[in-house]
Amino acid sequence: MSDTAMSVKSPTAQNKIKHSVGENIGTFFIYLVVFLFALICVLPFVLVIIVSFSTERSITLNGYSFFPQEWSLGAYKMLFMQNSSVPRAYYVTGLSTVVGTVIASMITFGAGYTLASRSCRYRNGLSLYFYITMVFSTGLVPWYMVCKVLGCYDNIWALIVPSLMFSPFNMFLVRNFVRGIPAELNESAKIDGAGEMTIAFRIYFPLCTPVLATIALFYAIGYWNNYFNAVMLIDDQEYYTLQMLLFKIQSEITSLSRLAAGAQHTSSPPNESFKMATSVVTMGPIIILYPFLQKYFVKGMVVGAVKG
Amino acid sequence: MRSSAATAAPTEKKRVNPFVELWRNKFLYLLAVPAIVYTFIFSYLTLPYIAIAFEKYNFRTGLFSPFSGLANFRYFFASSWAWTVTRNTLVINVLFLIAGTICSVLLAIILNEVKAKKFLKVSQSMMLFPYFISWVIVSYMLQGILGTETGLINNMLGMRINFYSTPSYWYPILLILNIWKNTGYNTIVYLAAITGIDEGLYEAAYIDGASRFKRIIHITLPLLMPTICIMTLMSVGRIFYGDFGMLYAIIRDNGTLMPIAEVIDTYVFRTFKNTGDPSLSMAIGLYQSVVGFILVFTANWIVRRNFPEGALF
Repeated sequence: MSDTAMSVKSPTAQNKIKHSVGENIGTFFIYLVVFLFALICVLPFVLVIIVSFSTERSITLNGYSFFPQEWSLGAYKMLFMQNSSVPRAYYVTGLSTVVGTVIASMITFGAGYTLASRSCRYRNGLSLYFYITMVFSTGLVPWYMVCKVLGCYDNIWALIVPSLMFSPFNMFLVRNFVRGIPAELNESAKIDGAGEMTIAFRIYFPLCTPVLATIALFYAIGYWNNYFNAVMLIDDQEYYTLQMLLFKIQSEITSLSRLAAGAQHTSSPPNESFKMATSVVTMGPIIILYPFLQKYFVKGMVVGAVKG
Repeated sequence: MRSSAATAAPTEKKRVNPFVELWRNKFLYLLAVPAIVYTFIFSYLTLPYIAIAFEKYNFRTGLFSPFSGLANFRYFFASSWAWTVTRNTLVINVLFLIAGTICSVLLAIILNEVKAKKFLKVSQSMMLFPYFISWVIVSYMLQGILGTETGLINNMLGMRINFYSTPSYWYPILLILNIWKNTGYNTIVYLAAITGIDEGLYEAAYIDGASRFKRIIHITLPLLMPTICIMTLMSVGRIFYGDFGMLYAIIRDNGTLMPIAEVIDTYVFRTFKNTGDPSLSMAIGLYQSVVGFILVFTANWIVRRNFPEGALF
């Protein structure tokens, strides 16, 4: 990523006109600023990864550092030990994310498609029905009580169903996208004898891939990163998600170290590198899928939101 | 709603029997049924529970607990927390809004000047990355950086600054975190708007001898103004809602930081979890819902009136 080399051949549309020295310096600074900001955005994660691979001794000795004295895999071994709760949390998080994302995307596609259809006369009324919920919400307490009444408490459904399974915002993204597809397609399919379901799922569904990828990503990230449902609705450790586990580890360590404030610090587990290793494992799927995700994400956002 | 109303053919205006309409498009409506039911349960069915705010809640009698009038509201507004959490919510959101908008617009303008495609793509995906990471992990990271004993900053400076017990550091810290996490994402909309600007305008200005700075000031910024206004208004509408996910993950139960960082959302949560009194919590939540609704509704109304092409709904 050498920015100076890039900037020399930068002008595309205006390459016939000579640049002043001032403009070239400006170009250099623009590349520098972009490069630095991009670096700042990822450096903290590099730090987390490096610390997760360093020994506890070098952390207590030198603190968090990009250049630890000793490297070790100890923290990761601890993560997957027999009595570790990380594998179970991984399973719970993965299951709720996959199941939730699939269901949520289908629900959202169905509603968005209906609202975009010209033959649906009540589409404006329906839009209003969904829109109201975006501007007025009753808040935490009624939500909690409804979840309890539905039995979404201390089970896997508590992590899947409440709040996360449908978002009107995503539905409007789908609606706007479907509207951009020529209506003639629908009409000609009808003339050829296709039913409403066939049209929706065999013709429109594949055409909506960009926006579906975007909303699926929104939902998946929402599920994976959610800790609110677990904090509110889960008591049983069996159903702790990764985020919840991280959350608990953090508060337990804080209270432990406060209790032990009088005593001398010993290198007793659970410790810093273990915390960081848990973070890395939690970020893992996002990091791995990231190059693929962000491509669709930018495209879908621009198509759905801006061209509305 | 707006554009669909405009495209509606005049023949559609005449009334039809609702049952006929529902039957004719039964499969179409069937597709929307899951979303309708879900929204009904999680939004409309929560409405009766508002009554709890005016009751003294009892877990045995539930929704039909004894009526207590405005006692819960009186209790909340008499405490010093009422003003503290309202002020914190507004201060934090206004800070985020102003700094966030400036940074996002600036970054979009700068990114638009980057002509090397590969460099742009790589740096943009790096900037977007923090947006996908949960606040819980960010809080871990932050402890690694700011920690008193082992933190990166204290190490580099060779000092022992106790960030977590000094409230005055925290507005800047929260602000930087917010910018760091969300700017890459917020920039997408602005960058898309800039890309939509007619290239001819820039070429004409270029031929007339306008410098890059002049082109930005006289072409990009004015044409970006509608988008900036829409985005700002939308955020102003949300000004009464604190970022629970962020603040609860980062501040937690740190009593020293609460006077400056406790917002309405976290306070409602804490009241509910700690005192176990749904009535008081509901009353505070209702205060937020009502004021929040007025703000959101007004903001959306202004957007729809002044920027009909920009409203999402």
